[in-house]
Amino acid sequence: MNRLLSGTVAATLLLALGACGSDESPAATGEAADSGATLTMWTRAATESVSKAYAAAYNATHKNQVQVTAYPNEEYPAKLASAAGAKALPDLFASDVVFAPQYASQGLWLDITDKFNALPVKDKVAPAHVRNGTWNKKNYAVPHTIDMSVMLYNKDLFTKAGLDPEKPPKTLTEFAAAARAVDKLGGDINGTYFGGNCGGCNVFTLWPSVWAAGGDVMNADGTASTIDSKEMAEVFALYRKLYDEGVAAPASKDEAGPTWLGALQSGKIGIAPAPSAWLGIIEEKAAFKVGIAPISGINGGESTFVGGDSIGIGATSKHAAQAWDFLAWTLGDEAQVEVVAKGKGVPTRTDLASNKYSSADPRVVTINNLMGKGKTPYAKNFNATYNDPQSPWNTAFRGALFGDAQKSLGDGATALTASLKK
Amino acid sequence: MTLLAPARPTVLPSAPPRRKRNKQWIGALYAAPTAFVVGMFFVVPLGLVVWMSLHHWPLLGAPTLNAPENYAGLGDDELLRTAVWFTLKYTVVVTVLLFALSFGLALMVQHRRRGVGLLRTAFFLPAAVGFASASLLFLGLLSDEIGPVNDLLAGDAYVSWTSGSPNTALGSAVVLVLWRFAGFNMLILLTGLQAIPLDVYEAARLDGATRFQIFRRITVPLMRPTIALVLTLMITGSLLAFDQFWILTRGGPDNSTTSLVMVIYREAFIELDLGSAAAISVVLLGVLVVFNAIQLGVLRRRSQ
Repeated sequence: MNRLLSGTVAATLLLALGACGSDESPAATGEAADSGATLTMWTRAATESVSKAYAAAYNATHKNQVQVTAYPNEEYPAKLASAAGAKALPDLFASDVVFAPQYASQGLWLDITDKFNALPVKDKVAPAHVRNGTWNKKNYAVPHTIDMSVMLYNKDLFTKAGLDPEKPPKTLTEFAAAARAVDKLGGDINGTYFGGNCGGCNVFTLWPSVWAAGGDVMNADGTASTIDSKEMAEVFALYRKLYDEGVAAPASKDEAGPTWLGALQSGKIGIAPAPSAWLGIIEEKAAFKVGIAPISGINGGESTFVGGDSIGIGATSKHAAQAWDFLAWTLGDEAQVEVVAKGKGVPTRTDLASNKYSSADPRVVTINNLMGKGKTPYAKNFNATYNDPQSPWNTAFRGALFGDAQKSLGDGATALTASLKK
Repeated sequence: MTLLAPARPTVLPSAPPRRKRNKQWIGALYAAPTAFVVGMFFVVPLGLVVWMSLHHWPLLGAPTLNAPENYAGLGDDELLRTAVWFTLKYTVVVTVLLFALSFGLALMVQHRRRGVGLLRTAFFLPAAVGFASASLLFLGLLSDEIGPVNDLLAGDAYVSWTSGSPNTALGSAVVLVLWRFAGFNMLILLTGLQAIPLDVYEAARLDGATRFQIFRRITVPLMRPTIALVLTLMITGSLLAFDQFWILTRGGPDNSTTSLVMVIYREAFIELDLGSAAAISVVLLGVLVVFNAIQLGVLRRRSQ
């Protein structure tokens, strides 16, 4: 028994030494990087299916084995924070791309600047995502998944309302007109729907209209809010009017996120901004045809919120070389085409926007082409400022949509700036 | 029995000092596991929180001393101010309603009668459901999409019971807490009621006391220790409210149901500002200690 124990201890020590050895040489050969390590990887529920698809494809062709654990979206940041406090982060973890600057600044990911710069495809990796994984000019994370905001519309309801289902609105004003037309069908049909009590949803769906009109919501460093701009006020006013007229479903006011997808799946909503990733999910169950259009500004233009997840190597990982082997593989052609594009996802590489799978569905090409026109906002304190239910953004936009609009945006800009500067 | 009896007195009074010291050691040994648990999981974390509240404490890396910045910053926090007021309001509402309901239920099932056993079980049953599960259950029941409550109370109209308005949101949470905790508190009050000797009631009745007089002059005074205990539990529990609001209302609408502990959670896990979170915790702990000291003081005075 004793001998067995000491044998095991010796073997473990040797393994640990081996792992340390490969850590010290970042330019490790492929063999050392694929040494048969078990890599733990965390992700949020929203990203689980893509993460698992990546892992399954990688595990099938590599000695390293990636084990994915997913956590509920809302609890995920807290899970990461407590794991970091206990110095027990997984080897790899993904996060909402907008939270990436915070994790990078807190040092939760390992510095991968040299490894990333050595990648032949580094200039083709979604630039906005790469920027969000950067802190003090060092790279900490790479894109994992991409999800963009688009207008999804119910083609059947468009036809019933006398609209041309192949000609989606080109401006936000036309969007409102189309929503009103569908709403006139009456019954339990509503023109549009939005997450009126959900900070993350509105960041994702309303900001593109501001960008499309040439405005912005923050300065470049993400330290000062400009939501009191004319462009933002106009977007709020338009949605506010749709709600007041009853064109937006009454449940929009209280929508905090969980039933957002369900509302669009029900087939009772005409047109609404939503994540592009829902195209496949809605179509899977729906008995109606779904159309897709870019989100536009009040008088035209188009933009999108390039969201999704970033991924980096946990700061306390003992398998950094192996973890990088996985990350580098996920950015390669094989993973991007055979895993991401095949699953109707958006490739994280700009040069793969059109590929053998996307050409089969023109709507996917529309989505992929939007990436170049969109933005990923950058702010260190993003979660506390915008996504959290107690965020100042929540107070501000609820005021703008349902309360004293003028005052809410003025006060909101001050409160948001204070929070961004923390 | 009689054979064994004489042996005892000879041993006890003349126990040698060594034996006594041994006994003390054994006593300490018995207490050691509890002492370890209390020290490890209460005293050490408590000390750590106080220590943390004096520092800028990053998730990874070395903390730096910044006292009293974490405490000074609390005054400017508007969300914290809203949460303090809300938590106090909630504590008053819940304590009054929950106490009245629990006491009422306890009086109802005080005496053995047909069907009382069934009622006692029925009232206590919700206490067997985990609080988080109970909150999720209510979230489902009150949901416009999947729950039956809306159809029963509002018909076809759309109403959001959990985030429609500050009052309905608070009301939903209060109903949940009443449902979940009334039975448990009823049980504690019931043990207090049954500890009152029946002769006292009988004597009062012989003296011609009315039911109300008996309740006011006998039941309530003799129940004081139990009532104090129940109130202490209710107030402490309400000041530390988290689950019901976190799950049911997410602190909304417009931060109207954000409790103090939710602010601590936000500071620690969303802002990643562990120092400030620790500072609020320390202040809240201080308030709780003061509350409990007052309550236990009252309890002690009355029971003397």
